[in-house]
Parts: sequence; C-alpha cells; structure tokens
Amino acid sequence: MSIVVDNISKIYGQQVAVDHISFKVEKGQILGFLGPNGAGKSTTMKILTCFIPQTSGNASVSGFDVAESPMDVRRNIGYLPEHNPLYVDMYVKEALSFIADIHAVEQKGKRIAEVIELTGLGDEQHKKIGTLSKGYRQRVGLAQAIIHDPAVLVLDEPTTGLDPNQIIGIRKLIRELGKTKTVVFSTHIMQEVEAVCDQLVIINKGKLVANDSVEGLKSQYSAKSLEQIFVLLTNPANQQD
Amino acid sequence: MFTIFSKDFSDFFNSLVAYITIGVFLLVTGLFLWVFPESSILDYGYAGLDSLFNVAPYIFMFLIPAVTMRSLAEEKKEGTFELLATRPLTDWQIVLGKYFAALLIVVLSLIPTLIYYISVYQLGVIKGNIDSGAVAGSYIGLLLLGGCFTAIGIFSSSVSKNQIISFTIAVFLCFFAFSGFDSISQLLSLQSIETVITSIGINQHYQSISRGVLDSRDLVYFLSFISLFLLITKTILGGRKW
Repeated sequence: MSIVVDNISKIYGQQVAVDHISFKVEKGQILGFLGPNGAGKSTTMKILTCFIPQTSGNASVSGFDVAESPMDVRRNIGYLPEHNPLYVDMYVKEALSFIADIHAVEQKGKRIAEVIELTGLGDEQHKKIGTLSKGYRQRVGLAQAIIHDPAVLVLDEPTTGLDPNQIIGIRKLIRELGKTKTVVFSTHIMQEVEAVCDQLVIINKGKLVANDSVEGLKSQYSAKSLEQIFVLLTNPANQQD
Repeated sequence: MFTIFSKDFSDFFNSLVAYITIGVFLLVTGLFLWVFPESSILDYGYAGLDSLFNVAPYIFMFLIPAVTMRSLAEEKKEGTFELLATRPLTDWQIVLGKYFAALLIVVLSLIPTLIYYISVYQLGVIKGNIDSGAVAGSYIGLLLLGGCFTAIGIFSSSVSKNQIISFTIAVFLCFFAFSGFDSISQLLSLQSIETVITSIGINQHYQSISRGVLDSRDLVYFLSFISLFLLITKTILGGRKW
C-alpha cells in the first residue's frame, strides 16, 4: 500500500477539521480527493506530508509512519501546497537547484533540465519566479514537487485558476506521472476527475462520504453525473434537476 | 543546513540588504572614529580603538534586527515555510542555517574595520603603540555581542509574520539585554543583588572581554545566551506540531 490513512482525526480547539477518515491508495494509482471548500482536504494533505500532526489515528506513506518517521516520509513525498508558495525573488533554475540541494539529488544539472522539460518551463527557465504568470508558477511548484523523483505525489488543487489550455497541460502531466507514481490530488473540476482518476474520495465537513472508483460511484448512483453525485453527497438541499 | 545557509546568504546580497548594512555600519563607524570631534581618535590623542567598541554595539542594535527581521517572518507570511517544513529538513537545520547566514553578514561588516586598527597602529607615536591584546579581546567581544544580537533577531523574526513587529521587538530586546540590566541594577531597592543583575546583561561581559582577558565565564555566558534564544526559536517553530 502506498498510502494508508487509518482513522485520522484533526481537531483545532472546538472545531473538528477531519473526523475519523480512512482510505488506502495502492502504488501507481491516481486518487481524486474531492470535497467542498473547508471540508478538510488540505488538512488531510498537510497531515500526510508531516506539516501538522494528527490529533488521533495513523497514516503512513510508502510504509513510513508520518508520526514516527517524518523525515523518511518527506523524502518520499512530493507536495504542491494549496497556495503554491514560491520564493518569488529567485530565478526558476535557482529555486529548483535549491530544492534539489535540500534533497541531495544526484546529477543535479541533468535532473533540473529533465524536470524543466517535463513541466514545459523551457522558455521561462531564466526568469525570476515573481515575473511568471499563474500557470507557469503552478508548473514551477509542480517541478519543485517532482524534482527528487518521489514515489508519492500530493497535489493540493493543482489546476486552480488556470486557463483551459494550461489545465489540459497539467492533466497530461499528472497522467504521465501517474504511470509510475502514486498521485493524490484535490480538485473541483469534475471532468478532470473522470479523465484522470482511478479512485475517488469525497469528504464533507471532515467526514468521508464516498470512497470508490469512478465507475463504482456512477453505478451506485445511476444516471447521475459526477457533479450531481458530489452535490447529493455534500449539500443535498442544493440539488437542481 | 548548508543549503538554507547559502540560499539566505545569497538572498542578502540579491536584495541589497548586505550592501546597505555593511555600508551603513562602516560609514557610521568611520564618521564616529575619524570625523566627529567628540569621539574621533585623531582628536582624542590616544592610540586606541575604544570609540569603535563603544559605538558599535549601538549601531548593531539597529542594523542586526534589520538584517534578521525578514528571515523567518517572510517565510511564514509568504507561506514558503510550508515549503521548507515538508522537506527532509529538521527545524534545527532551518534555524541554524538562517542564523549563520545573518551572522556571516555581521562578520563581513566587522572585517573592513581592521583597516582602522592598522591605521592606528601606523599612526602611533611609536609604531605599534596600540594595545593589541585589548583590541583583539574587544573584537572577539564585539563578535560575540553580534552573535547574541543575531540570535535575538532570529527569535524575534519567528514571533511575528510582520517584519516591522519583528524589527521593533528585536531592537527592544537587544537594547534591554545590552544596557537594560545595568540600569535596573541601579534601582535602590535592588542594591543587594546589584552585581547579579548586571551580570545578566551583555554589557558587563562585553566590557570584561574587551579588557583583553578571555574569561571562560564570559564565553560561557555568550554561548549560553545564543543557544537559549536559538532554542526558543526552534521551539516556536515546532509549535505548529502541538
């Protein structure tokens, strides 16, 4: 099992952000992580990447427990955070070199060139990150997440704010990476999910409300589109026919 | 840790912080030592760098917080701290990397002042008239003082996302640590523990080392002071895990 989440909860004071969720992802699968805003998706991802600790429950990535071996988990995970924080004063190659050094990537120069090629940053590689458009910044964030060739990728809303062309580009990249890695990504775009994911997890208000393959969900709620299923599971009052 | 160190160090030069800090420090010390009549060596008539070592702590009190104020505050504000914290880096590596980068800027601003030493050495009535032992001791004291102020600066940067708040807290703490304790010890009601209070302050240990004698108590004081603040900083960073 590449990712195992076992009864994880996260409580902030009085607020229950994540409420006993469990799911597993096998090696080489692509998991779509869906849910309304504020449902607990980013919190779960932050727990998986060892940024914050869980209040209860266990989670492991590539066999390493997030609480006991955080350094090993971080070495095996590539994370693209929600707001894609970047060092805006650095040049693209400089930033990639910095991240490569932290991970002690071998043959750094070659790997950086590879990653730039993969993420389509070729034309922009000599610019300062602060001068790039949103789409290219997402690609830099993605490049930073894959540069150390991790077995698992956790991408928090990788396609927010991108134009349709850029979205297709990122989707292609995720599919490509998904062939050899385990990928978990969150999104609000349903067609993406149908096009790319093997498995789907839907979270609402911290609780798991669906965990199935795309076909499985569709056969369970026959004749409904994914969007309708999403609304049904998370905000039934909002349904339109 | 070296990666963080070299990145932060390059950042200082890219953003001109290093140039401005070192430039201003040298400019102000140069003015005090050679131009202003009250503190000028040329008017004072004695071969000594006392003016430098009297004035430098106060200049450091403003410059060092200016150098360190963005180190952690900006990471937290921009969110890039999440970028670092999800990499295989321990909190200590992050804190120490940033600390040493800032400290190196302090060291680089002190090195050019050796020219002043060489000048006074040459200018003495008898060449080499200057008390080199005291000067060496004073440089070491100033370096350790810079180390303490930098630790305070890094700590203040971790306390707030707002750089101005970090700067202000750092200036206040540096001032308090340096001269605050001397002033408190003079309160009449605390006369009985006067010496204890002054020995908590940096000034007393700084003066002590400046005499040219390296007392291990002073060294222990400085190193403990620095370690304490770095430890508090690391604990604050780890606070996200509670």
